[in-house]
Amino acid sequence: MKQTIFTIKHNVALTANVYEMALVGDTEGIASGQFVNIKIDGLYLRRPISVCDYSEDTLTLVYKVVGKGTEEMAKMVSGQKLDVLTGLGNGYDTAKSGSQPLLIGGGVGVPPMYALAKQLIEEGKKVNVILGFNSSDEIFYKNQFEALGAYVTVTTVDGSFGVKGFVTDALKNTGGYSYIYTCGPEVMLKAVYNAGETSGQYSFEERMGCGFGACMGCTCKTKYGNKRICKDGPVLEKEEIIW
Amino acid sequence: MVNTKISLCGIEIDNPVIPASGTFGFGYEFAELYDINCLGTFSFKGTTKDARFGNPTPRIAECSSGMLNAVGLQNPGVEKVISDELPKLAKVFNKKVMANVSGFAVEDYVYTCEKLDKEEQVGWLEVNISCPNVHGGGMSFGTSPESAYEVTKAVKAVTTKPVIIKLSPNVTDIASIAAACENAGADGISMINTLMGMRINLKTRKPIIANKTGGYSGPAILPVALRMVYQVYEAVKIPIVGMGGISTAEDVIEMMMAGATAVEVGAANLIEPYACKNIIDELPAVMERYGIKDLNEIIGGAH
Ligand SMILES: Cc1cc2nc3c(=O)[nH]c(=O)nc-3n(C[C@H](O)[C@H](O)[C@H](O)COP(=O)(O)OP(=O)(O)OC[C@H]3O[C@@H](n4cnc5c(N)ncnc54)[C@H](O)[C@@H]3O)c2cc1C
Ligand SMILES: Cc1cc2nc3c(=O)[nH]c(=O)nc-3n(C[C@H](O)[C@H](O)[C@H](O)COP(=O)(O)O)c2cc1C
Ligand code: FES
Repeated sequence: MKQTIFTIKHNVALTANVYEMALVGDTEGIASGQFVNIKIDGLYLRRPISVCDYSEDTLTLVYKVVGKGTEEMAKMVSGQKLDVLTGLGNGYDTAKSGSQPLLIGGGVGVPPMYALAKQLIEEGKKVNVILGFNSSDEIFYKNQFEALGAYVTVTTVDGSFGVKGFVTDALKNTGGYSYIYTCGPEVMLKAVYNAGETSGQYSFEERMGCGFGACMGCTCKTKYGNKRICKDGPVLEKEEIIW
Repeated sequence: MVNTKISLCGIEIDNPVIPASGTFGFGYEFAELYDINCLGTFSFKGTTKDARFGNPTPRIAECSSGMLNAVGLQNPGVEKVISDELPKLAKVFNKKVMANVSGFAVEDYVYTCEKLDKEEQVGWLEVNISCPNVHGGGMSFGTSPESAYEVTKAVKAVTTKPVIIKLSPNVTDIASIAAACENAGADGISMINTLMGMRINLKTRKPIIANKTGGYSGPAILPVALRMVYQVYEAVKIPIVGMGGISTAEDVIEMMMAGATAVEVGAANLIEPYACKNIIDELPAVMERYGIKDLNEIIGGAH
């Protein structure tokens, strides 16, 4: 873990309520599948947001406005400073992916799939991605994934774009996969768990006190024992999950 | 040069700043960030006789200037704490640590304290009497002078280490409970634990916390804590470890003026992981600003 003061490079709307924020600062130690914890003036608890992308000096986050904290974030402008704890959580392990990993993101579970896709493609793997949204006006990052060289399938619940239905309805479109990485709402994770034919890594959310393992605010039971989502997670292996 | 050393129940510590139980784990997460030997000591996670998973999640909710928690004393049990956690802790912390103990029956407290009494690393036993008493109808031990007396007496009988009783603020007359602990032989009082609270999710129309209620802590509770420490200082002669909302060096001084010999810092560690180090670094300058040469001179200074 590291505490860094970042400077906002840009903070732009991708859809009606999803924003992309790029932050300039020390990104050392950040990995895909991890999250950062952001201090917001006037609010007590920090807000956890997944790492969407990172380079030597820039960290990119994608977040949806759902409450007070994310509302404040949406108002922030370039040049503003942000106090962020980075390097939180275990992140994805790409060694287990096999040659044809399948990445499944639902809603704001899409962002963490981006840095992962980038990494897997750099490792020479053939990456299939399923991005699940409610309708066409909520879609973001489709082009970005395609630009990386990933094979992208989009699903929408109302059928306004791509495959009609849920992410699991697109599993057969992927032409086979060696492993699954996924992040999204818990109902989606469970559906993927039941429909997915291979092992995989699933990223979970929990309400957090500290985000770095000190308070036991986020513990869940797994087949491998009690785990703190913030420190021993947020990524769990399929085999250890207890629903 | 100002003096920040104080003596807590006969053990001298370099400064009065102590991370509070439940907000500092067993120290390792913080030892990755800074040398935790700068602390006066710290109070480790509430330890019970048997391992506990704690409450279901969500365990945390945000409030104005603070938070609710209902962790429910998740810990690996006293045997594992001694066999696994203390040796790991010894690698990053070379001072005496404060052992925080909880229980649901008098025998639980006795069992756990007896085990921890044999551990050299343990300087003080901080006995948290805010948990429900399973044999006493579920009321917390800390809500009546009689049961507070009973736990204190029983624990004192099995240890030679200083016993600090940690009081709940969710009572009508905290001074009488502190006095009962003193009468039973307590070496110190620590206070306050969290204030019982609730938040409700407007969308689901249900309490946010799975346990429904949770303990409120953070800056919002500082005035309540100051008032209670002030009252207890008038009722007992034993030292008080004051806590509740402390997040700056000024707060430390204010709490000591109310009557605390040392202070604990809780929720602040979760929000600002360097909180205790920052407070310790800033303390000398803040003391100078208020013309304080020795912290010992301000204890109870507001009375
Ligand atoms: C590991 C992790 C990674 C995340 N990554 C992303 C991401 O990349 N993009 C994104 O849009 N969102 C992400 N979230 C969810 C995000 O943390 C919440 O949407 C955000 O905290 C809401 O804050 P708020 O103040 O706007 O909402 P409020 O409802 O006002 O928040 C009140 C409190 O509840 C907590 N809270 C509310 N919703 C959630 C939630 N779903 N999970 C955890 N805590 C919550 C808040 O942190 C805060 O403490 C992630 C959550 C976790 C745990
Ligand atoms: C997440 C969390 C866990 C806690 N766990 C314990 C515990 O195990 N034992 C205990 O005596 N107090 C526990 N407390 C109470 C704190 O030690 C402290 O008394 C209280 O939070 C008030 O201080 P603060 O306002 O500085 O946080 C906990 C508090 C928090 C926030
Ligand atoms: S949020 Fe504090 S331990 Fe996970």
